[in-house]
Amino acid sequence: MSNVLEQPLSILESSPETAADFPAWFRDRQAAAWSRFQDTPAPTRRDETWRFSSIKQLDFSGYSTAIEVPEDTGSLIERSQGLESRSARFIFVNDTLIEIESKLPEAVICLPLAEALLTHGDLVKEHFMQQETRLGSAKWAALHEAQLTNGLFVHVPDNVEVEGTIEVYHWIAGEKSAVFPHTLIVTGANAKVRVIDYFKSENEEDAGLCLAFNDLYAGPGSKLDYLAIQAVNENSKVLSINETGVARDATAKSFVLNVGASWARNESLSRLDGEGSRSDMLSVSIPARTQEYDQRTFQHHVSPGAYSDLLYKNTLYDKARTIFSGLIFVDEGAHRTDAYQTCRNLFMSSDAEANSMPGLEINADDVKCSHGSTSSQIADEEIFYLQARGIDPVRARQLIARGFSVEVIERLEDEKVEALVLGFVDEKFARIATGGA
Amino acid sequence: MSLVITDLHAQLEDGTEILKGVSLEIPAGEVHAIMGPNGSGKSTLSKVIAGHEGYEVTSGTVTLDGEDILEMGIDERSRAGVFLAFQYPAEVPGVSNANFIRAALQARLPEGQELDAVAYYKELYAKMDLLEMDRKFTGRAVNEGFSGGEKKRNEILQMMMLDPSYCILDETDSGLDIDALKIVAKGVNAMRSESRGMLLITHYQRLLDYIKPDHVHVMAEGRIVKSGGADLALELEANGYDFLKEAATA
Repeated sequence: MSNVLEQPLSILESSPETAADFPAWFRDRQAAAWSRFQDTPAPTRRDETWRFSSIKQLDFSGYSTAIEVPEDTGSLIERSQGLESRSARFIFVNDTLIEIESKLPEAVICLPLAEALLTHGDLVKEHFMQQETRLGSAKWAALHEAQLTNGLFVHVPDNVEVEGTIEVYHWIAGEKSAVFPHTLIVTGANAKVRVIDYFKSENEEDAGLCLAFNDLYAGPGSKLDYLAIQAVNENSKVLSINETGVARDATAKSFVLNVGASWARNESLSRLDGEGSRSDMLSVSIPARTQEYDQRTFQHHVSPGAYSDLLYKNTLYDKARTIFSGLIFVDEGAHRTDAYQTCRNLFMSSDAEANSMPGLEINADDVKCSHGSTSSQIADEEIFYLQARGIDPVRARQLIARGFSVEVIERLEDEKVEALVLGFVDEKFARIATGGA
Repeated sequence: MSLVITDLHAQLEDGTEILKGVSLEIPAGEVHAIMGPNGSGKSTLSKVIAGHEGYEVTSGTVTLDGEDILEMGIDERSRAGVFLAFQYPAEVPGVSNANFIRAALQARLPEGQELDAVAYYKELYAKMDLLEMDRKFTGRAVNEGFSGGEKKRNEILQMMMLDPSYCILDETDSGLDIDALKIVAKGVNAMRSESRGMLLITHYQRLLDYIKPDHVHVMAEGRIVKSGGADLALELEANGYDFLKEAATA
């Protein structure tokens, strides 16, 4: 009898095992992605897209996809409570689907990716990871593509408006467990949908890794809202890549909340493909203790007459660290572009560090663009005012910090969704108040 | 029962003395007014009583029904029953007015006891109606984008909701047109009671046409230099503060 435990193979060493019944094109894509992953050099801090990053966080060896799903999935289903009025809910644990419920109209395709590959292979193929990852994580996007086994595929046909919200839970369970959640949303002309991805840990201790990818295609005149709630435990890492294409007269809104993880990196790219298109890129991050959030964004104005507006807010406690690097890029001929980019940092501690690198590159005429970054602390007069109303200084600072985030959250323009997000924000503040993160 | 200020001296961080021995007693049930030229220390007095950290009290006492409040933190003084209506209220982005006032009321409840939300909103709306404030002010961020008059009304709203035992109103009339002034005065007069003391700080007599004080004090160069009845305000209005110069040169 051997007492050597068998170590599951690391995600960096195990070549992809595409499921036998998946289409051939997908198998080819995964094999090609695996080669690309292996051939692509790891980033260094000298790369512009990794400036100020903690490159050591990119050591993903030791994480594995072979960690078993816990036997008691009932409690995870129990804990997957979001909005009261959802139109569908999908719950994954370690990328394994454990629960589906759906009240969606029949015309809407909303399926686990593993199923969609079998039933709507061509439709998936048309949209699956079509863009080049350009914000630094090409290597990790390749790893994601090679290793992914499931996710969610949503296709809302022309003129269909989905009432309520599609909620997707991605639980990570087990020490050194790696997950590769993939969300692909396609809206037809004048369609409407909202999807929320939740990233959470089964317990507070096990160090997990989440390499997530979400790909959004807003068809002409459609309205696509996407929220990512990152609330994994404090020992886990998250790298998420978002790519959004916005067609003529379409509106895409993406929102990222960062409250969990020891380290999280978000890359978000919005491509304004059509006249009259609009993209709102929103984020709220509240890092504490030694948490680090690294965000890179790209507002790509391909078409003339499009609008993009980015607002990222960071509230930094303790020795937290944030990095924001954003670029507005206006293509030649993309006249009458309206593009805005703002990153604001609120320091709740003098030991925190925020790095901001706003950027602008304009190759067209007649554009309205602005970009800026500010850092501030809570003004003494504000605290005095709240205290003069009997509110103790700790609570006063918390209220003001919450208000700082509320200004972004209000842009979700849906009371119930705003309340949901605020629930996570309040939970975070409560943890901070008791010395946690 | 009274708010008693005795020989109060206070200075700025740089050592400049602003209050040079202020003594004043405001018994419950009375309305006092302090008038005086700009720079006389009127607003400083209100901030020192509220506990503003920009001033250092070098000597003297302030007691609330016998209790020394200078030893208390800013928020404790408020909970003990002192209310300062600010001349320039701070803006608090992202915090709705309703949530702000609710937090202030919640802070007065014992640990573990939750404010009754239904009763709270009922009371809030009743007071807002009295102050002719639109309901939309409950959802708007505290003072953000409010006009001068809206901010002052909002101060009075908070005062009414928190029901303090002593109210200090710092230049509440400044920036108000006559209609707004009447509404604010209505709110303040509604709060006059046997159990509450009030101190109005004002540069002009105008406010006192609408809120009639029991006593008027004149402050100059950090001291109360003259006290009298409501008539004193009229006298000042007619003759200005020139008598102060005469007194100084005499």
